Amino acid sequence: MEAVKRFINRLRSKSPWLLHFDCGSCNGCDIEILACLTPVYDVERFGIINVGNPFHADLLLASGTVNHRNKKVLANLYSQMPSPKIVVAIGACGLSGGVFREAYNVVGGIDKVIPVDVYVPGCPPKPEAIIDGAVLGLQKLLGLNQQKGA
Amino acid sequence: MTRTAILIACGLIAGPIIGGLVSGMDRILTARMQSRIGPPVLQPFYDVIKLLFKEPLVVNVWQAFCAYCYIAAASIALVLFFLQSDLLLIFFVQAVGAVFLVVGALSSTSPYSQIGAHRELLQILSYEPLLVLVVVGFYLETGSFKLTDICAWNHPLLLKLPFLFIVLGYALTIKLRKSPFDLSTCHHGHQELVKGLLTDYSGPFLALTEVGHWFEVVLLLGLCTLFWTTSWVGMAILLVATYFLEVLVDNVTSRMNWRWMLSYVWGVGLTLSLVNLIWLHQG
Repeated sequence: MEAVKRFINRLRSKSPWLLHFDCGSCNGCDIEILACLTPVYDVERFGIINVGNPFHADLLLASGTVNHRNKKVLANLYSQMPSPKIVVAIGACGLSGGVFREAYNVVGGIDKVIPVDVYVPGCPPKPEAIIDGAVLGLQKLLGLNQQKGA
Repeated sequence: MTRTAILIACGLIAGPIIGGLVSGMDRILTARMQSRIGPPVLQPFYDVIKLLFKEPLVVNVWQAFCAYCYIAAASIALVLFFLQSDLLLIFFVQAVGAVFLVVGALSSTSPYSQIGAHRELLQILSYEPLLVLVVVGFYLETGSFKLTDICAWNHPLLLKLPFLFIVLGYALTIKLRKSPFDLSTCHHGHQELVKGLLTDYSGPFLALTEVGHWFEVVLLLGLCTLFWTTSWVGMAILLVATYFLEVLVDNVTSRMNWRWMLSYVWGVGLTLSLVNLIWLHQG
């Protein structure tokens, strides 16, 4: 049974479908995220597809500062993703609110609203760093059942 | 009796395996045409198994029911094909499956799903008459709707039904969800309707619709092989050439609207079938 679970987790890590949500970033991070999907980086090699639909997604890449308007949207998208799911926060704003963290309308980083698994710092992070963050998230998916069983 | 059981098992196993491999090779070929490397051949299997073990979330219970009915109809159609049954029966069972997929999408209130379902109905409206005419062509040439008689025909049907093969190609392009006819949903990442028809199917139910789609693809490729039943090499050439052409068309054309699809597919498809059928009748 344990072997079957490990096998399924391996397949999960080989087929992460991606949902990208911009919580009001300056689009710097979003351009870098979309760059990962171009033929230069070609993340489909690892089975990653940009599905743009929370019902189909395994991996949520969120960028930008969370404010009082879009925190509901972010929480809604997260709740619509069937588990197991991994959240990757991208960029300085996604991590902590960045330079906008003191602004009256800003809640803070992504982790103020939903649980975040991987943080990718940078303003904006390079596509290589984003791919690295996604891979870290997949490793977490691999070890999913060991954590729950413990 | 055992022969029947073996054929049923063949149909049920061959469908997902061949369908998944075809889909994997399709993705690699598409990636190469876009100067990418592409996923491994087994990627569609990884996707489907992953989806099967995700948390089941349904918008509406009827959606789950429709997903089961779709895969049941698609697999029964392929099993009937392996059992060398009646072509008309196979055709109608397949049509029932296609309609259940639409009903499932309509049971959700999401506008993406609704518009996708309407477009899928228009796609069904476009390709179903063509499929019937292809079946009629087989009947006019061989004098039977039974696959046993068609497979026993002693010369390649392609020579007598060349235009109907092109017509089947149109139906295949629509059914494979390839450009320029990938209106309702697209097998690539996402389109203007997100995932159209399949937007609200998720987790295991999305996996069921995907496997059902593989059954249908294998059935239609099986129909293609009927055009050259006399030699295995001929069948292989026909299949590889047809599928390569489908991928090529998918990559060099852009998505059109349903008005264009309906008028173009009916205009060209019905004319070509009519010409071929009149020729058969005269000859």
